[in-house]
Amino acid sequence: MDQLNENPSTCCAGSVSTPKTPRPAAPWVEGTVDTPIGPVPKVATDLRLADRIGSAKARWAIGRMHYTVHPGLYAIGEPTDESPVLVSANYKMSFDHLRSQLGGLNAWIMVLDTRGINVWCAAGKGTFGTDEIVSRIAAVRLAEVVSHRTLILPQLGAPGVSAHEVRRRSGFRVVYGPVRAKDLPAFLAAGMKASPEMRRVRFDFLDRVVLIPVELTMAAKYAVLIAAVFVVLAGFGPAGYSLALASSVGSRAAVLLLGTCLAAVTLTPALLPWLPGRAFSLKGAWIGLAIVFIAGGYAVYHPALFENRLAEAAWFLMIPAVASFLAMNFTGSSTYTSLSGVRREMRVAVPIQLICAVVGVVLWLAGRFF
Amino acid sequence: MAQLRYLSNVVTLALNAEKCVGCGLCLQVCPHQVFSLADGKARIDDRDACMECGACASNCPTEAIGVDAGVGCATGIIIGALRGTEPTCDCSKDSSCCA
Repeated sequence: MDQLNENPSTCCAGSVSTPKTPRPAAPWVEGTVDTPIGPVPKVATDLRLADRIGSAKARWAIGRMHYTVHPGLYAIGEPTDESPVLVSANYKMSFDHLRSQLGGLNAWIMVLDTRGINVWCAAGKGTFGTDEIVSRIAAVRLAEVVSHRTLILPQLGAPGVSAHEVRRRSGFRVVYGPVRAKDLPAFLAAGMKASPEMRRVRFDFLDRVVLIPVELTMAAKYAVLIAAVFVVLAGFGPAGYSLALASSVGSRAAVLLLGTCLAAVTLTPALLPWLPGRAFSLKGAWIGLAIVFIAGGYAVYHPALFENRLAEAAWFLMIPAVASFLAMNFTGSSTYTSLSGVRREMRVAVPIQLICAVVGVVLWLAGRFF
Repeated sequence: MAQLRYLSNVVTLALNAEKCVGCGLCLQVCPHQVFSLADGKARIDDRDACMECGACASNCPTEAIGVDAGVGCATGIIIGALRGTEPTCDCSKDSSCCA
């Protein structure tokens, strides 16, 4: 996305200095809207293929740390000095979610510099926060663009924002809009009133499974690396090192390990409410035990799956440990786990996972030499 | 769909009713309807639904609410423990956490 250099602009109010925020030339900018501070980019409210591809790529963790829009002021429709001001993060997916719900409306969007992070995560880190809001209001000269003094923030920005502080420091009062941008038209039509349901965060099936690609992409690096280590180590035997062993035993180890990772990363989100236990590590342990059960059953008919009893015992320990660990790491992507709760479950789960994994690896290595 | 609940009796959420002026902001910002308003004061109705995001505490104009806010992320806790710091997701680089 190129940045256009600002040219001094004049408008009916006389000569004015240039707005401080750069005006990007992007496919989703449809033109400009004149304001007392100069032209403000007007953005489209319908998403194009490029936007959807961008979102899809971000869901697969492709380029998503650089999937941003320039912070600053943008226009939707033909806003006036009385149109509402909606605040967003500069993660392009957040920005797209917002503007795609505003068809037919007239509004301003003030995009904060959240370093390309979405609203809720940025709020937790403080980058979608009081300081950034106050300085951005000044940077875009919002007080000269609108005659009212109200900002509508996404509700999930609240952890980083102190509404009374924003008011005190900028003169703008904060109204918290709904959690989901799609409820904004109804919220605005009702006079900036939200129903209780608009203020509730859910974690439904689709909300959960849409996270699977990025979880897979992140886990894949470590999973493949560890599987490779197993393959290499599998070559060791009583007669020294054998590539044939590395290939036969190693490939089975890789299948067991990667299969466990795949199952844990996809089934934890998909089956979350139905997996027993409240702790995610426990839910993952159940997935691991199910895999052990299946592998054990398979081994009855295909004894070659486990090269010896030691290996069998080893995998029966390692598989639940790995599945439990991966499930536990899904807490960071969930919408309802507390820090205190995660700490408590980790205090119990991590030692157990470690012991099972270490004993399992030791048994498996021992099995290499028998 | 089964209701998703996390661990019980673990969160650090605390509400000082004496300082509460009944503005209702905590109800507005809470993503899990932990609070209700009754007789001009806020109340914690569902403590175990709290995820310690901190939205209520930062928006309470009288500091009636306290909570040890943080992100309930096991990976962040592990990274923090390995580095000897507070839990951190370290989204500065190409790391996994934030979507």
